[in-house]
Amino acid sequence: MALSEKMKDRIEMVAAALLIGAAVAGSGAIAQRDPAYQQARADGLIGEKTDGYLGFVTPPSPAVKALVDDLNIKRKAKYTEEALANGATVEEMAFRTGCRLIKERTAPGEMYQAPDKSWKTRDASPPVVDVRCP
Amino acid sequence: MRHRLTADGNGAIRLNMKKGAFLFVCLAATALPGCVQVQAPDKPIVINLNIAIRQEVLYRLDQASKEVIEENSEIF
Repeated sequence: MALSEKMKDRIEMVAAALLIGAAVAGSGAIAQRDPAYQQARADGLIGEKTDGYLGFVTPPSPAVKALVDDLNIKRKAKYTEEALANGATVEEMAFRTGCRLIKERTAPGEMYQAPDKSWKTRDASPPVVDVRCP
Repeated sequence: MRHRLTADGNGAIRLNMKKGAFLFVCLAATALPGCVQVQAPDKPIVINLNIAIRQEVLYRLDQASKEVIEENSEIF
């Protein structure tokens, strides 16, 4: 009897562990940024441009340049896909996403481009965005 | 007296009719040289219906941009 009680406990623990594991795997499905990309953002080396792509705030190192070029190519592929699905131009899709990226995806301390093309540091206040942004 | 009044009245109407005719002739005379010339334009008339369509597209893009960021968060 005592043994079966222990067995029960063990089974429960295994089940709990499996559940936790599944939860972790689930959250892992939301892909995270490359640490180097995250770092470059946080360091203010790169920022969000108004056109929906990443730009260099300071002249980039070859590594940062390669990283940003790669991300921008991937972004353009996604913009193209979505633009086609919605009967819009790639530029329109990119621009609209750019509005959202600046407003919703830049953290305080990160850089973004204002409509006058100057680089600004995001703070707690709302960012300066293009008048065409919703 | 009564007859006279009627006769005068008729005269007045006739006079007014004459005046009217004169006015008409005057108007016709002045209007003729000032004819408005309507000419078909040599270029086609373009009505831009794209405006409404563009607005609708932009609205849809707003939703699409949200999804594209959520689904590809590693590149944004």
